Amino acid sequence: MSGWEAVIGIETHVELQTESKMFCGCPVRFGAEPNTTVCPVCLGLPGALPVPNEEAIERILRIGAAFECTLVEGSLFHRKNYFYPDLPKNYQITQYDLPFCIDGHLDIEADGEEVRVGITRVHMEEDTGKSIHGSETGRIHDAEYSLLDFNRSGVPLVEIVSEPDIRTPEQARAYAAELQRVVRSLGVSDARLEEGSVRFDANISVRRAGDDFGTRAEVKNMNSLRSLQRAIAYEIDRQIALIESGSEVVQETRHWDEGSGKTSSMRSKEESEDYRYFQEPDLVPLHVDQTWRDRVFAGLPELPAVRRHRIAATGVDRQAAAVMVEAGDLADLFDEAVSLGSEARTVGNWLSGDVVAYLRRNETTLADTHLQAEHLQELAVMVGEGALSSTAAKDVLARVLAGEGSPRAIAEQHDLLQISDTGALEAEVEAVLADNPDVLAKLQSGDLKPIGFLVGQVMRATGGKADPKVVSELIRNKATAG
Amino acid sequence: MSDLADLTVSEAASSIRRGEATSLEITNAVIARAGVTESHLHAYLTFDQDAARAAAQAADAALAAGDDGGLFHGIPIALKDNMTTRGTETTAGSKILSGYVPPYNATVVRRLQDRHAVILGKTNLDEFAMGSSTENSAYGPTRNPWDTDRVPGGSSGGSAAAVAVGSALAALGSDTGGSIRQPASLCGIVGVKPTYGLVSRYGLIAFASSLDQIGPFARTVGDTAALLEVIVGHDIHDATSYRGDVPPISTALETGVAGMRIGVVKELSGEGIDDEVAAACRAMYEKLAAAGAEVTEVSLPASETALSAYYLIAPAEASANLARFDGVRYGLRVDGDTTEEMMARTRAEGFGPEVARRILLGTYALSAGYYDAFYGQAQKVRTLVRRDFAAAYEKVDVLVSPTSPTTAFPIGERTADPLSMYYADVCTIASNLAGDPSGSIPIALDSAALPIGFQIMAPALHEEQLFRVAAEVERLAEFRQRPELATSEVRPA
Ligand SMILES: [Zn+2]
Repeated sequence: MSGWEAVIGIETHVELQTESKMFCGCPVRFGAEPNTTVCPVCLGLPGALPVPNEEAIERILRIGAAFECTLVEGSLFHRKNYFYPDLPKNYQITQYDLPFCIDGHLDIEADGEEVRVGITRVHMEEDTGKSIHGSETGRIHDAEYSLLDFNRSGVPLVEIVSEPDIRTPEQARAYAAELQRVVRSLGVSDARLEEGSVRFDANISVRRAGDDFGTRAEVKNMNSLRSLQRAIAYEIDRQIALIESGSEVVQETRHWDEGSGKTSSMRSKEESEDYRYFQEPDLVPLHVDQTWRDRVFAGLPELPAVRRHRIAATGVDRQAAAVMVEAGDLADLFDEAVSLGSEARTVGNWLSGDVVAYLRRNETTLADTHLQAEHLQELAVMVGEGALSSTAAKDVLARVLAGEGSPRAIAEQHDLLQISDTGALEAEVEAVLADNPDVLAKLQSGDLKPIGFLVGQVMRATGGKADPKVVSELIRNKATAG
Repeated sequence: MSDLADLTVSEAASSIRRGEATSLEITNAVIARAGVTESHLHAYLTFDQDAARAAAQAADAALAAGDDGGLFHGIPIALKDNMTTRGTETTAGSKILSGYVPPYNATVVRRLQDRHAVILGKTNLDEFAMGSSTENSAYGPTRNPWDTDRVPGGSSGGSAAAVAVGSALAALGSDTGGSIRQPASLCGIVGVKPTYGLVSRYGLIAFASSLDQIGPFARTVGDTAALLEVIVGHDIHDATSYRGDVPPISTALETGVAGMRIGVVKELSGEGIDDEVAAACRAMYEKLAAAGAEVTEVSLPASETALSAYYLIAPAEASANLARFDGVRYGLRVDGDTTEEMMARTRAEGFGPEVARRILLGTYALSAGYYDAFYGQAQKVRTLVRRDFAAAYEKVDVLVSPTSPTTAFPIGERTADPLSMYYADVCTIASNLAGDPSGSIPIALDSAALPIGFQIMAPALHEEQLFRVAAEVERLAEFRQRPELATSEVRPA
């Protein structure tokens, strides 16, 4: 794609995991029996009225604040009118020209480059119900019947719209991943693509460097970060090929098919509806005053980017810091262990390496293991004292994770403690030197290379429990003293 | 003594407490009255005698047990059929809701039941409250008790006719552009549209959400104020419901108007107002002045464009509010080969012509390219109307005018000409746009023996002033006439 540049903007929908729905008291519960978490309001029965959920509003403000948005003082809800069987009122309550949050940004890193992606707006809307079509394809056109489940109807949905600041599929992926991390760190949603609690739609156009924006297509139905990246890459290539062959890009919505790895046309702009937005008369303007705004900003947790930088600054490898922050609970445990005085780099490596590997191998979560910050601290102290080799420490860590007990108890029980007492090791060193007079001679002549061989002999003689550092020091002393 | 169905609410309440009549006896008298009048009027869509008698017996038992719900305890009342009643069919006068039985009660219904009021049934209305004559009901028109060849007004024509004739002692209606006041005027009773937000709209089938308001009908000013006091108050189920303390309502009924500043609306006193109506109102202005009020003329310039603004805003909101009637979940369903076809056929068959006209009008007014010229412009007029009222209330305490430019018109006279029908609301619409309280009080009969209503408008939350003037108007007018249908000697056996 030399000479070409892609311009990408991403619209993200995040389902908020509030106690109750956006405009009624029905619980937000996934996987409930169809049409059991419904009421006159979320079924759109005649006469029912929406009442906004303050918890959801608090959450969207947190999201906006995390992107350093301006929180709008007099935000409004609008009606977006269109007919669809799973939309009970045949209009959706959403926001239009006065959303809760505007003008923010999200910093990402991709291809070794830092990029600031503008956030145009963060607004609130209600989700629709679900249609289940009785047909082979699961699509409405050839369905004999359709079933409707309104459990999802009215679940609070946050839409985050980025500026078209993204230029590559890799950046798009990095943006989506970082956005998920931010949302999770706020505790407002688990933002899982697989479960549909987060959804990314991409607006893509291409242009020759320096030209005006090209015609854009919107691509939907990406079910993983990988498919987001693939779909965008495919769409960029498709548009370039189209223009290079003398055709034009059509403004339309396109559907990503994971199986074929292609996008196909869903509907063109001409078919797109006029939504006839107007202010929702059943709701009053929401007054988010300065006190409220200040409280939201003050209540923000440490955001992932800040946390990664802070942890890396303690000496932990950047990649290890990223792994822990991505998981969240690992970073929490890291912070706790470090606050107990543990050596940061050691604990960081264990958590991002051994612990992650253990969790993956055993298909479990950190919360389901028995690992505590105190364990990490004890383990780090033992390694620092030389009571445990780094290899033995990994073994002990795995046993702690499995719930066998505290590190010291495990090390003692399995005879893993290292001998680092010079008195105890002196005899072993003497014996090895006596058995290898020629090697000793080499050392004495100033050739220190064979020292490793001698250390190995002592290790073997002690069944691997000797502290190699201490042994090495002893041998060196003997050689120079002799 | 006279028929129990002719008692006012306060008379009935006193009789019950004095042991002269039970709620069941009063309810039975009203049921008997309806048995005679309904064949002439068709005020009700649903009339549940058994449920009413059971509720009356329960009210009598509760009172005997010391549980007194207040003035409306055991009083038989009627509800306009656009308020949802759990277990009782609620149609909003539309074929599209034929057979629809709501699973929940409107907040006003709960409040009435909490006070042990006896609900008789659901009254007729123009389909989805769109109309000024009750001729737009899918279930046939209601007739005016003063002249059954004429309309009772609308859209709450059923409630107004029932109260006028004694087939209910009081009733609730809803008012979007005059739908309580205009039928009250045409039927010779009292009807009040409260301040927007004072009464919960939860369970009121929406016509135009920013204008709709539920309000009371009764035969006296005092009963009307008392019924309003039962239904007001903040409701957590209605985000637009007023959160402050309930303002005083019936506290100044006996105060009189001495020293009050009363403004006669200039734009509603001359052209377009029937001569007899204008003359009756002028006579009342003079009586009010004689009673000590300072009566002056006040101009509301924006009221001339208010009607046009209303007929953009109300249909625009209605076009969205009525979108939910699609055959998918409840009410009428007309099958089609596809879901879209089913929805389109259901709506084409389910809605009457006036409702269809307003949905089209509203859809058009909100459409891209037309929004600014129509809906946007109408909202600006609405702001001007509010400003006019605010400026007027700097100078006067209340505003007065005729309620309706004419008395009851013949059935069928205006159905072919929507604009002439829309003009019936010319005096009432501005209060809805402003969100202010407004009421109609009968003051006289015209030469055809049809009632003339007098409108009183007050600033938001100043119901006390409205009722203070209304009570004085009631005393000055000495309007005691009842329609012949309500007097036993002429009622057919
Ligand atoms: Zn609900």
